[in-house]
Amino acid sequence: MPDETQIAEPRPNEIIAPGYTFGTVTDQIASVVLTGKTPGFWLAAFTIGFALLMLFLLSVAVLLAKGVGVWGIRTPVMWGFAITNFVWWIGIGHAGTLISAILLLLNQRWRNSINRFAEAMTLFAVACAGMFPLLHLGRPWLFYWLFPYPNTMNVQPQFRSPLVWDVFAVSTYATVSLLFWYVGLMPDLATLRDRTQSRFARFAYGILAMGWRGSARHWSVYETASLLLAGLATPLVLSVHTVVSFDFTIAIVPGWHSTFFPPYFVAGAIYSGFAMVLALAIPLRSVYGLQGLITDKHLDNCGKVMLATGLIVAYAYILETFTAWYSGNVFEEAAIWHRMTGPYAVAYWALLTCNIVAPQFLWIRKVRNTPVLLFIASIVVLIGMWLERFVIIVSSLAQDFLPSSWGIFQATRWDWATYVGTIGLFLFLFFAFIRLLPMISIFEVRTLLPQAKVEEEVRS
Amino acid sequence: MPSERKKLDLAAVRALLNGKTNGRDYWRNLEDLASTPEFEELMEREFPRQAIGWSEDEDSVEGRRNFLKMMGASLALAGLTACTRQPTEHIAPYVRQPEELVPGRPLFYATATTLNGVATGVLAESHEGRPTKIEGNPEHPGSLGAADAFMQASVLTMYDPDRSKTLSYNGEIRGWGDFFSTLGEILAVQRTKSGAGIRILTETITSPTMANQIAAIQKLYPAAKFHQWEPAGTHSARAGATQAFGQPVNTYYDLSKANVIVALDSDFLASGHGSLRYARQFSARRRVQGGQTSMNRLYAVEPLPSSTGARADHRLPLRANDIEEFAWALATNLKVANGPTKGENWDIYKWIPGIGKDLQQNAGASLVIAGDYQPPIVHALAHAMNEKLGNVGKTVFYTDPLEVNAQDQLASLQDLVKDLDAGAVDLLLILGGNPAFNAPVELGMGDRLQKAHMRAHLSLYDDETSEICQWRLPETHYLETWGDARAFDGTVTLQQPLIQPLYEGRSALQLLQMLTVDPEASPYAIVKGYWGSQHKGADFENWWRKSVHDGLIADSALPTKTPALHGGAISSPSEKPKMAGKLEVIFRPDPSIYDGRFANNGWLQELPKPVTKITWDNAAIMSPATAHQLGVLKETLNAGDEGVPMVELNYRGRTIKAPVWAQPGQVDGCVVLHLGYGRTRAGRTGTGMGFNPYGFRTANALWHDVGLIAKQTSGSYEIATTQNDHVLDTRRQIIQSGTLAEYLKDPESIRAGAEGPPRGLTMYPEWKYEGYAWGMAIDLNACTGCSACIAACQAENNIAVVGKDQVRRGRAMHWLRVDSYYHGGVNNPEIHNQPVPCMQCENAPCELVCPVQATNHSAEGLNDMVYNRCVGTRYCSNNCPYKVRRFNFYLFSDYETPSLKLLHNPDVTVRSRGVMEKCTYCVQRINHAKIEAEKEGRTVREGEIQTACQATCPTEAIVFGDTNDPNSRVSKMKAEKLNYGLLADLNTRPRTTYLASLRNPNPELEA
Repeated sequence: MPDETQIAEPRPNEIIAPGYTFGTVTDQIASVVLTGKTPGFWLAAFTIGFALLMLFLLSVAVLLAKGVGVWGIRTPVMWGFAITNFVWWIGIGHAGTLISAILLLLNQRWRNSINRFAEAMTLFAVACAGMFPLLHLGRPWLFYWLFPYPNTMNVQPQFRSPLVWDVFAVSTYATVSLLFWYVGLMPDLATLRDRTQSRFARFAYGILAMGWRGSARHWSVYETASLLLAGLATPLVLSVHTVVSFDFTIAIVPGWHSTFFPPYFVAGAIYSGFAMVLALAIPLRSVYGLQGLITDKHLDNCGKVMLATGLIVAYAYILETFTAWYSGNVFEEAAIWHRMTGPYAVAYWALLTCNIVAPQFLWIRKVRNTPVLLFIASIVVLIGMWLERFVIIVSSLAQDFLPSSWGIFQATRWDWATYVGTIGLFLFLFFAFIRLLPMISIFEVRTLLPQAKVEEEVRS
Repeated sequence: MPSERKKLDLAAVRALLNGKTNGRDYWRNLEDLASTPEFEELMEREFPRQAIGWSEDEDSVEGRRNFLKMMGASLALAGLTACTRQPTEHIAPYVRQPEELVPGRPLFYATATTLNGVATGVLAESHEGRPTKIEGNPEHPGSLGAADAFMQASVLTMYDPDRSKTLSYNGEIRGWGDFFSTLGEILAVQRTKSGAGIRILTETITSPTMANQIAAIQKLYPAAKFHQWEPAGTHSARAGATQAFGQPVNTYYDLSKANVIVALDSDFLASGHGSLRYARQFSARRRVQGGQTSMNRLYAVEPLPSSTGARADHRLPLRANDIEEFAWALATNLKVANGPTKGENWDIYKWIPGIGKDLQQNAGASLVIAGDYQPPIVHALAHAMNEKLGNVGKTVFYTDPLEVNAQDQLASLQDLVKDLDAGAVDLLLILGGNPAFNAPVELGMGDRLQKAHMRAHLSLYDDETSEICQWRLPETHYLETWGDARAFDGTVTLQQPLIQPLYEGRSALQLLQMLTVDPEASPYAIVKGYWGSQHKGADFENWWRKSVHDGLIADSALPTKTPALHGGAISSPSEKPKMAGKLEVIFRPDPSIYDGRFANNGWLQELPKPVTKITWDNAAIMSPATAHQLGVLKETLNAGDEGVPMVELNYRGRTIKAPVWAQPGQVDGCVVLHLGYGRTRAGRTGTGMGFNPYGFRTANALWHDVGLIAKQTSGSYEIATTQNDHVLDTRRQIIQSGTLAEYLKDPESIRAGAEGPPRGLTMYPEWKYEGYAWGMAIDLNACTGCSACIAACQAENNIAVVGKDQVRRGRAMHWLRVDSYYHGGVNNPEIHNQPVPCMQCENAPCELVCPVQATNHSAEGLNDMVYNRCVGTRYCSNNCPYKVRRFNFYLFSDYETPSLKLLHNPDVTVRSRGVMEKCTYCVQRINHAKIEAEKEGRTVREGEIQTACQATCPTEAIVFGDTNDPNSRVSKMKAEKLNYGLLADLNTRPRTTYLASLRNPNPELEA
């Protein structure tokens, strides 16, 4: 780490520690990638990710060889872990887009130091999420039938089905997120190209940088593109999880059929997304000594967003229960009652604890400023949000209209293996990203420096 | 959740329930009695504490084994086919098309299937020479067009890859010639001693042709002995008739004229000879439709809930032993016996005056039916009561016995044992049956049979008896050979083959023929020859052709007679055995695999047993109170999701371990054991399933006895049920029912607030169904829950068998299921059966959510399923409120086993892995009829299309037709006030609707 001594501890409200210069910012961030030495933490995390990825490949192989029967799904619970994981991963992705797009438009400059890896997290989370709708199909090799492509059968997807909306929502989201991320990466790729000692790396970064020279014209085009993409991505933050929630609200299953699912799901998504951002940022900044760039102020802000979305989610839980009672509908009432007292009661109360009780500690500034506590809170919220999706999906299906058909979902080892496997895929991709690309946007952090501000003022 | 399980206070629960008799409060299982803290506690626990756990996955040894049993027949078969000589095949087009054979169009042939020797006429559907489906023969008196689950599943038995395929001697493969020459040598010796060493053991025989053969053989070998053994035979009825009339008679009934019926432990609606006919007649008298406003009244007295008990207007649970006392009391009330009028058990006497009065008021139009499993005295009392009531000749008929050489089968078997012990048996021919498995246990037939010098077993399967016989002879299936047998009333039913024997099998008829002077005669020649000798009058050929075509010989029913009641037939009641703190043990043939003969039939193994919905297993069935006393109740409440506890049963010094099933409606203090399970050599499907109660069954207590001791033991057992769930909120309106009197007074009373939204309540214009609009009405008042429809559906629609492990995982594939709900007290609830096929909703929730348009609405209102297009998102099933969609989680269909390929209905797709499937009202039949109609330039006629479930239904509870035709039966049923749609308030507009169930209780007993 170069010139660490020059950098002082950031004061509580600062989003970058005093003492950084353009050079030290670049050095510190680029060195994570360009160093020849790989830290032990990275090796350990990457190995775990790789091992779990192998588990994922194994469980996918078993799944494809035998059929979805290897999972615990059954009549009437035809969706189990796969869709739970899908919704969970998609939700996690939301924080990245929110940070990079919405906060950009709102001119929240603190986002500059966390947006890069948050966007990467989005991409990888969407990749993990995208696995499940494919894998959960009875005949996954025919997944392309969900796309409206010209064919001799003259059969098109059924556009009344929310699953088709899903296809468009998720694929659009993945595309825009990728573009946004890549466009934002280009100036930094050029930086790496210029600083690397390895010929191969120079070649590779050079190709990826697409000839970026940092000319004024480049910057002008970049700013326009970036704003446009931010404008495109902003509605997606709201629309993707809204569409995902339609998978449930369109159905008539008691416990699913509800008009407030879209805002409830979006809030939940941002909630879990910020939890994931914190869960990644806190260990990373301590391992790589990035406390000066990702300051306690960042953590504090993320904690506040979590608290706010957590309160919306809590409100949704209360409203859900209230409407079930207020509807006077026997099936809706029973669905909520079964959730609270039935076979999945443990999961239900656990999710309430994780998602409502635990985040209340975030009211306390001390907690928000203590990385360890914040890290624990974010893990708790991630678990809680997974349980929330599980309970909504599985408990509603397990006991719906005709008691004669009720049945309980029991996860098999392959359910778990597939789920844990996608965590492996995520870790694998994420740590590969850490090692190969700058995890913090170099040029955007540089704009946070006081030097940059002076320039701007002079210019204006 | 509290961590300790509290003891269940059953008394408190029961008190609560008995106090709460008002309101329609249905529950599916014990757990549903939800309003006491005890039960709430239970409710919380009815599912595993850890909702998501590491469950046993299909890789467990047992799961894999079962799966392989189902699926992997191909491997074994690959080996076995090497053993059979492949016939030379010539592929050539027809030069002249055989008459009537049009490729693609099935032909139907009349034939006969037998159970316990008694025939029922059936029509077998043949596709290019291979039988695929059984329908009832409408012209046969014992069928009237209906068929039961055994008949439906019999085609699978024929194609069973585990069938005995080759003849063998001590395990070495031989030919029939070898057997024939060996037999010749033995017979040559025997002829010198007039056959003193020949013993022939058969199942019950009613075949006139075989009777003729037996007579001929007895002429050749006068000292040869014939024995019959039927483990679930009508031994008591035979003895009871002998006791009453001094001679064995055959009894049958006419329920169409009976206003009041008392069933003394008789499941006449679903089992026994003629039950298909009885069910039809019975339900016709309960149809409060089209102006009919009266119903018959059924009193059922029985230990465990049966299909008949479920339909009863008054059901009295009594131990099998107490039914005798009940019969005495009723007979005393009717003044035909001199028995007690009160006793220790007041339950027995509480209804006697009311029932007696009801019977007397309907003298000549009433009926007392004694169950096959009740002791002879109950039969004798029933005969006496029917005579006194003047029912004989009106609702009860007597004929000579159906069997050839009607004999006390037990005595006959014991006689055989004596001869075996004496070493007097040189040649033992066992034709069918499985005595080593199912004979009374103390006879030790497995060892005793080996005392015969030469043993030959003719059998469909290489079973427990074959194992101990030197000669194992493969038998033909009834669809492979000629034969004849008598129906319940004696009507001679002709058995016609549909296909050449698949293997080297021969029939019992052929084997008996080997002992006659013309040993090599073909079965056709034997049967036809016999009837040629019997036919009086000219033109035998035409008469024969017509008889074969009809499947029966016209007017061949045995003449009815009126035997006089024996003077001392009914003395005084014998001393009843004391319970003395022990339990009563009751043996019954299993509802799905009978006496064990169908153990290797996957369709029947997987058929949910009526009421309990258990598949693939038997259990020690007891009442919840009894289970509670034994300390095995509380966990049983979770049956299906968790293992059930085990009990160790001890009876007459023998011990069996069995899983416990607590059954509401069963009488306290008894344990029912269904026979037929615990096979050790049944085939890949049946071997090792369940436990074997034959190990308890002795000659002097074939059906029930006091003296069972049960105690809890370690271990648990996983039972696979197709329904293990319960609570039905009173407001869910799943079953609508009421009493006849209430309904006649106010038809809306059955409704109890349920209603669908008005049809106009939508912004969209309504779709007009031009032409046909298919619909179905199911009369819950007729349904007995016999489950024949499920088996018929399985046969018609190529529905796969998934195995016990997959059933337990909730993946049974039946398109049609029969739900059962209980209502009322745990000790004697009302039982409601509800067949649930696809509702073919006009506003189908499934169609909306399919992303690939794999499920669509047809212009005729069918909810079509396009298997080819399905990618398996399973969203449709999630969104189906009726949960009638079934998913192929694995490759459940058998694409490999050659013989099973022949079984498939060529008109229905065999579904592959990852595809959703469901009931389509037998769309292949609809299309077939539509094409025929179009060819003839007309519309489809009413009744021309029968769905498979409808066709086989003994009670005609299921009616299908065009709802656009106001004169169709289905339209008329739907116009009845009884008609309601399941979950109608969801506005799914189901095309399948139900007719509410009515009961006709005796007001005197209600008070």
